[in-house]
Amino acid sequence: MPDGALPVLDVKDLKTVFRTRGGEVHAVNNVSFHLQPGELLGVVGESGSGKSVTMMSLIGLLPQPPADIRGGQVMLGDIDLRTAPAEVLRGVRGKRIGFVFQDPMTSLNPVFTVGSQIMEPLRLHMGMTKAQATERAVELLELVGIPDARKRLKSYPHQFSGGMRQRVMIAIALACDPEVLIADEPTTALDVTIQAQILELVKDLRKKLGMAIIWITHDLGVIAGIADRVMVMYGGQVVEQAPVKDLFARPQHPYTRALLKTVPHLTGARQARLQVIEGQPPILTAHPTACAFRARCTHRFERCDAENPLRRPVGHGHDVACHWVVNAEVAHA
Amino acid sequence: MITFILRRLLLAIPTLLFISLMIFLIVDLAPGSPASQIPLTVPPEVKAKILEQMGVNDPMPVRYALWLRQFFIVEPAYWIDSLFGTTLSEGQQRIVSWQFRGPVMDVILERIPQTLMVVGSAYLVGVLIALPIGIYSAYRQYSAFDQVGSFVAMLGFSVPTFFTGVLISYIFAIKLGWFPTVYDTTLKVTDWESFVKQLRQMAMPVMVLALANAATISRFMRSSMLENMTQDYVRTARAKGLSERTVVLKHVLRNSLISVVTVIAIGIPSIFGGAIVTENIFKVNGIGSALINAINVSDLPMVQTIVFIFAILVVLFNLIADVLYGLLDPRIRYD
Repeated sequence: MPDGALPVLDVKDLKTVFRTRGGEVHAVNNVSFHLQPGELLGVVGESGSGKSVTMMSLIGLLPQPPADIRGGQVMLGDIDLRTAPAEVLRGVRGKRIGFVFQDPMTSLNPVFTVGSQIMEPLRLHMGMTKAQATERAVELLELVGIPDARKRLKSYPHQFSGGMRQRVMIAIALACDPEVLIADEPTTALDVTIQAQILELVKDLRKKLGMAIIWITHDLGVIAGIADRVMVMYGGQVVEQAPVKDLFARPQHPYTRALLKTVPHLTGARQARLQVIEGQPPILTAHPTACAFRARCTHRFERCDAENPLRRPVGHGHDVACHWVVNAEVAHA
Repeated sequence: MITFILRRLLLAIPTLLFISLMIFLIVDLAPGSPASQIPLTVPPEVKAKILEQMGVNDPMPVRYALWLRQFFIVEPAYWIDSLFGTTLSEGQQRIVSWQFRGPVMDVILERIPQTLMVVGSAYLVGVLIALPIGIYSAYRQYSAFDQVGSFVAMLGFSVPTFFTGVLISYIFAIKLGWFPTVYDTTLKVTDWESFVKQLRQMAMPVMVLALANAATISRFMRSSMLENMTQDYVRTARAKGLSERTVVLKHVLRNSLISVVTVIAIGIPSIFGGAIVTENIFKVNGIGSALINAINVSDLPMVQTIVFIFAILVVLFNLIADVLYGLLDPRIRYD
């Protein structure tokens, strides 16, 4: 991917808090990342690490309240999505940024035909007539590999299988030719063979259409096969960020290392048991002032309790937020 | 769909026959005799003859069979005759009211317009105010509007109509004198003035019944909206960039209406049956008050027929509700 080009999406210090009965939950803590044109950025982390909330915060899809986006800057081209008025955000959603969600069984409206749901953003954002939108919808369904597309426009979501519905969701997300596609665990609810088909489809579409993709998942195998760059999230923060090969070859953060060890290997000696990371991810009731991973970390030392580490570069395009790693680097040098 | 409707209609026949038998048995058990309506000055022999002629003394199965024949054969034949000038029902006895000594059906048909006018418009008003209230309360859950709406709805279905009826009558008719206390059945709407008069006399019963209806329906609407508001497809709709208005009034509402429309359809027969108390308070000469009077004077054919018509309406509107459900929800197919 071109390194010098201007990013399509540039997020700085995004901070999202949920106000709940039990007090505040700091779900996204000063997350910064960028997305280059045509790049596929994988976002990994366990449940509750803030992956989805970060992406939903970008574009105002979280219900406010209880969510409260406290700070940060989300630049899409030259618009700051965080401070943009609601109409501007609506104009971006579905047009410049497309979404695919996790569960295709419930993400489509059961009472409208698939065709009308694909045509909705076309008519809204592109100002197409019904006839134009129909033609485009047929084209889109063919693009995502649904046979007999024209006839299937009149079908309802329940007449499609899970994998087919996810294809429809992708068609909706791609309807207006977005610059960015955000896919929030799009294959998690599908069985493995269908998962592979969807992955192939996305790879293929990326080649054809060239949009940038943010792919949220907790499946490292998926990331390895599809991403250009990976961002690892923990406790609402980005703890490590690197090109995909670099990350798998030289994981730095103790959490990333532990995460990679949990992946079972097909070759080599059989392990007695699968590796696990002991403990639970934290629920942050305040802005973190110490490392969020310290309770589960095997390399913990005094500084981890005193100060939340900032991300520092450790290689080309590779940065990590860990006192221990930075100390080790310094010791090497 | 057609086969489904036909099958349901066929199944309704045994159901209705069974209901009619139940009604007949229960009504027959009720104490009181039509003899009490004959003046005391009438000599006992004459009285016995009158009762004999009315068929009061016939055994129960005979009377039931006669009623069945009259209801399902003679009455339809009579209507066919009066429409096409045929003579199918000639010499046949229609269902006769013991109190009026005239055909029961004539009385019922005379009463139904009053009921439809007052109770029907109350139901319509109730639905029309309930839907927007339910939608907005759900959209702004726990807002001041929602709290007030919930409070009024609680009042609406916890305070019985015989209480709100008397209360409203006391405030608006007696204290303020805005509306007449008694509904004038003979009023004919011919011009603007009589139309206003009609509106004024309808105002109170409509208010009372509309409050009760709106209370239930708005709660249904609200909870149905709330249930759908948190669905994943709503997030999808927002992610497409649709306006809040389209998201709520198209995507959420269309799904929420499925259950609400069926509730509304099932409630329609209660227009006829449920308004008995209100009709009596405001002296509306409708079908409900006809039933109450018939019970008071032991007019068994009248009671039997009116209650059975209610039963037909209940069965019919249940079928209509099911059909609507199938039409509104593409996931449901009746074949």
